[in-house]
Formats: sequence, structure tokens, C-alpha cells
Amino acid sequence: MIPLSYYVMLSAVLFIIGVTGVLIRRNIIIILLSIELMLNATNINFVAFSHYLHAITGQVFVFFTLTVAAAEVAIGLAIIIALYRKKASLNVEEINRMKW
Amino acid sequence: MLMDALIPLLPFAAFVIIGLFELSGRGLHERAHWIAVPAVLGSLVFSFVAFGSVLSGGPRDLTFFNWAISGTFQASIGIHIDALTAVMLLLVTIVSSAVQIYTIGYMHGDRGYARFFAYIGLFTFSMLMLVMASNLLQLYIFWEAVGLCSYLLISHWYERPSAAAAASKAFIVNRVGDFGFSLGIFLIFTLVGSLDYDKVFAELPKHVGETISVAGVEIGVVTLISLLLFTGAMGKSAQFPLHVWLPDAMEGPTPISALIHAATMVTAGVFMMARLVPIFNLSPAAMGVAAVIGAATALFAATIAVTQNDIKRVVAYSTVSQLGYMVMACGLGASVAGIFHLLTHGAFKALLFLCCGSVIHALSGEQDLRKMGGLKSHLPVTYRTFYIGALALAGVPPLAGFFSKDEILFRAFVSGGAGIFFWGVGIVTAFLTAFYSFRLIYTVFHGPSKVEPKAMKHLHESPAVMTVPLIVLAFLSVTVGWTGLPIHGFNGIEAVLGPVLAPQEQTESPSALLVPLMLVSIVVAVAGWMTARYFYLTQPELPKRLAERVAALYRLSLNKWYVDELYDRIFVRPTIRMANGLWREVDVRMIDGVVNGVGWSALAWAGAMRRIQSGQLQHYALVMALGAFIMLTVYLLR
Repeated sequence: MIPLSYYVMLSAVLFIIGVTGVLIRRNIIIILLSIELMLNATNINFVAFSHYLHAITGQVFVFFTLTVAAAEVAIGLAIIIALYRKKASLNVEEINRMKW
Repeated sequence: MLMDALIPLLPFAAFVIIGLFELSGRGLHERAHWIAVPAVLGSLVFSFVAFGSVLSGGPRDLTFFNWAISGTFQASIGIHIDALTAVMLLLVTIVSSAVQIYTIGYMHGDRGYARFFAYIGLFTFSMLMLVMASNLLQLYIFWEAVGLCSYLLISHWYERPSAAAAASKAFIVNRVGDFGFSLGIFLIFTLVGSLDYDKVFAELPKHVGETISVAGVEIGVVTLISLLLFTGAMGKSAQFPLHVWLPDAMEGPTPISALIHAATMVTAGVFMMARLVPIFNLSPAAMGVAAVIGAATALFAATIAVTQNDIKRVVAYSTVSQLGYMVMACGLGASVAGIFHLLTHGAFKALLFLCCGSVIHALSGEQDLRKMGGLKSHLPVTYRTFYIGALALAGVPPLAGFFSKDEILFRAFVSGGAGIFFWGVGIVTAFLTAFYSFRLIYTVFHGPSKVEPKAMKHLHESPAVMTVPLIVLAFLSVTVGWTGLPIHGFNGIEAVLGPVLAPQEQTESPSALLVPLMLVSIVVAVAGWMTARYFYLTQPELPKRLAERVAALYRLSLNKWYVDELYDRIFVRPTIRMANGLWREVDVRMIDGVVNGVGWSALAWAGAMRRIQSGQLQHYALVMALGAFIMLTVYLLR
């Protein structure tokens, strides 16, 4: 039986990869992917604890998270397409209109 | 009783009705007099009724309402008619009626025609309430109200800067006097605890001898009260050194000069001194001050009137001079004579002003004496009535001015002590008065015509609506004096007013002096008349040569003794400079500086802080991640 700490470590590593991706990558699609990675890292946590605590709630929660994630990707991609049409670029540094 | 109430309320109703029509946007325009004139004629009739019933039935009182009740203090608004009030009512309503009828012709076609009638109505109401007051508070309120009406009416042609300035000047100079007046009233209230005439007159004698410290100087409290009240009279009745506003007030339309600035409002000061004579009688010192100021004003203003070239200003300075006589009379304890002169002066000075207005009207607005002359045949009615007015003013018997002026001079002469000095000043003034009165007559109506051709074309006698009031006032100028003949048993004024104003005295005067003094007055008046005739008719070159011979004196008189210039240096300019300083340094630099500084600092802070908003998505993400990391660290390591 694989100890719980392994799952938690995996989840943490995936989450940090995701955070790093959001912080250092310039392509907005990659940033969106990184956010998905962070979401799924939390999903691993949910499932692992659900299994070890014998509580089904965590697994049910994952379904909700996945649904929300799918909706989020749909909206996020739509925004990205709209942005691309306007800017002809996916570089997040060029999308800086929301400032002083 | 109800009819008494209608005396002031009718003009007030006229004011309200005309005013409401003006406000509603569909003004009455040339129809305004259909409301104003019947109203004032109504109050004239009721004044006669009230006069009759006061003579037969004694004083009448009617309280409209209690205005303020606080503890033991009570102030009511109402009317109190005794003999003094009744004669003032007659004067005010007669002159107001004559002036309003005259105004129909004089102001015909003026843009502010209805407004003018509305304000005259308000003025008449205020003046009537002033004379009918039975307590100092009501007196003071309507004292201020007539001042306000004066301001509004002087600035009738407010688009003219000189009229607006004159109105402000009248208001501000009056403020100086009214400040003293209000202090006097406060002092009476703190001493007596009431403002009703009866209570004040009864209580104040108990405080004679008490002193009060003013800036380290002990002064009798009753003397101080009298002096403060007299300050108010000085402002309203244009006594030196507060006389400067009255000549400038001639910027207003001429009917206003006749009504407010000759016959009624300016005499309010004299009326107040007579009304409050029980207070003034308590302080011989204040009476002395009043007599000296009155005498000085009479002479001073007469010397100015001699050289002025504006027809209305001559009459205005003459008014100041005559008011000086009245104040002097009150100061010498002869308030009956003062009020007598007030009445006769009201008649003949209103007449003179309306005549001036008629001349000005005929000459299309020309007021300069040097551009008149030879109008005798063109303005026959005005000429004759003007002549009567001038004779009355000069004190030629048997016209009104002679009896009242002579009464004052006689009282001065027999008052003992410095009385003979006051008599001397009065006689010199009488000579100057006769001189400038006939200077007006001869320069306006006689001699070669110096009228400009343009004005000559429109030259015409005024319409009947203007000349009839002139004739009525001329009739009064002849006859009013006969009510106060200095013969025992025929002196109606003395009989009516004596019991009110001077109940305790009335030692029958030594009439041995009466006839010689009267002869002196007549000689002086005729001498002034003949001098003017010689100067302006026989030898028209003489005045000019004389003016060159004594150029310094001439300039002093022509420039009104430089009083205006002096005030300008001492008061006006430093005040303006101080106001400018306060504006530039305190207001702009300090107050605005602080307010703007707060605004600027907020802006500067915001300018610095907004740099945080880079618009870069990843900056925000980094800050958020760092925040989460720090919070987590703190949570775990705690």
C-alpha cells in the first residue's frame, strides 16, 4: 500500500510546477494549462485523503472541481481567442491594458 | 380702531399686490399707480380721522400681536397714536400722496415703474409704523426698514454705477449711526429690562448718577445712552460728520429725494429725539452735544450749498442744513419748535424737490445749473411754486419757514448761556439759506438761457399730474406755518405738541424780545435774497470774480470741505487695502493653500501608489503567490 505522504508529495510537486508555470511562462495558453495542473494537484489530494479516511465526500468533490475546471477552460479559451483576435499575440506581457 | 390699523396697512397692501404681480412675471407696469395711489390716499383720509380723534379723545393704542415674549421681556408690534404721532402721520401721508401722484407723470415710461411704486408703498408703511411705535424695538425695526427702502430706491436705476455706489454709501454710513443706536437700545434694556416707552421713561430717571466705565473712562450711564441714541439720529438725519450720504442719495429719482431724503425718512432722527425727549432731558451733556452738532451742521451745509452746481445737490445740502436747525432745537430743549420746523420743512422741501424734478423733467434730465436759465416763461407753474418754496425756505414772512425757523432762533436766544451763540450761527445760516435759495431761482428761471439746443426742443411744462401736487404743496408751504403763530392762544402746534413733548415747562416766553428778534430774522432773510438778486441778476459777472478773489474758500466750499476725500483716505482706502490684503494673503494663500494642499497631497500619494498597478498578469500572480507563501509560513511556524 502506498503511503499517503507519497500522494501528498506528488500533489505538492504538481502544484508547484503549476505555480511556476503561471509565474514564468509568457504564452497565455501555457499559463491556462498550468492553472489546470494546479487544479488537478488539488484533485489528487482530495482523492488520496478520501481513500485513506474512508469518506466518499472527497471523491464527490472532485467531480464538482472537474466540472468547474471544464467551465473555466471554456471561458478562458473564449477570452484568449477574443484577445488573440484583437492583439494577434498570445504573449501575456503585451496584454497589459488593465493598469494606470 | 380698525381705521387706525388701516393707515399703515393700506400702503403695505399696495406693496404686496404690486410686488406679487411683479413676481408673477406679468407686472402691472403703467397700471401700478391704480393700486398705489388710492391706497395712500386712503391712509391720508384715515390719518386725518385719527388726528381728529386724538385731539378730542387722547392717545390711542392698538396691539397687532406680541412679537417676542421671553421671561419678563415682552415686545409687541402695534400702533400708538398720540399728538406727536398724529402730526407725523399727516406729514407722511400728505407728502407721500403728493409724491406718488407726481410720480405718475415723472416716472412715466420708466422700466421700473411698478417696482418704484411697490417700494414707495413699502417705505410709506415702514415710516408710518416707525412713527406709531410704542416701544424701542418696533422703532428700531422700522428705522432699519426705512433705511432699506431708501437703499432700494436710491439704486432704482441700479445699472448706473454712481447710483449703486450712492445707495451703498447711504446704507453703510447709516450703519455707523445705527450701530450706536442699537447699542443705546441694548444699554436701556440691560438697565430697565423693558423697551416700552412708558416703562423706560418711568424707570430711567432712577439711574441718573450711575456711571459706567467705557475704555477706562467713567461716564454717566444716562449720558452714554443719550449719546448713543443721538448717534443714530446723526446717521439718519445726516448730521455732521455722518452727513456725507445724503447729497449722494440724490442719484435716486427725484420723487424719492422729495419723499425720503427731504420730508420724511431723514427727519426720523429728529422725530426720535422728540419721541425720546424724556431720556434726552436727563442728560444735559448729551443735549449740549446735540445742539453743537446741529448748529455746526446747519452752518457747514449752508456754506456748501452756496457753491454747488447740481440743482438737486443745492437742495440736498439745504436739507442737511435745515435738519441741523431741527437737531439744534431738540438739543436746546425746544423739541416743539424742532418738530414744527420738521413739519414746515417737510412741506416746502418736498415742494422744492418736486419743482427741481419738474425742471429736470422739462430739460430731459439736465441737472447742471450752468446749463439752465431763462426758464420762467417756459415753466410758469413750476416757476411760481418754486418761488413759493424758496421764499418759505428762506424764511420770508408770512410763509411756513419763517415761523418755524424763527421759533427755533427765538428759543435759542432765550435759552441762556451759550444760547446767543447758537442764535448767531442760526442767523448766519439763515442769511446763507436765503442766498442760495434765490441763487437757484435766478440761475434757473431768470437771466439768459444757457439750455442746450437739444434739450430746448423738448422743453415743456410738466403735465397736470405733476403740477397739481406742486400747487398743493405750495399751498401748504404758505399755510402750515400759521398753525404755530407766536401769539398766545394762536399757537396750535404748541397747544397740540406741548403736553406730549414738554409737559412740565411752558413758562410763557418774554415776548418783549420776540418782535426785535423777528425783525432781525426778516432783515437777514431779505438781505440774503437781495444779495442773491444782486449777484445773479444785476451783476452776473460778480460771482465769478468773487470766486477768483477768494479762490481757496471757493474751492473748499465747492469740494464740500473735502470731507468725502478725507473719509476716502482715512476709512475707505485703508479698508479696501485691508480687504485686499486679507483676500490675497489670508484667503488665497492660507485658507485656499490649506484646502488645495490637502487635495494636492492626496493626488501625489495616489500618483505614487498607482505605479503598483503594472497591468502585468504575472506581477499580480507573483504577489499573490508570495502572499500565500508568507501566510502559510507564518501559520506553520507559529
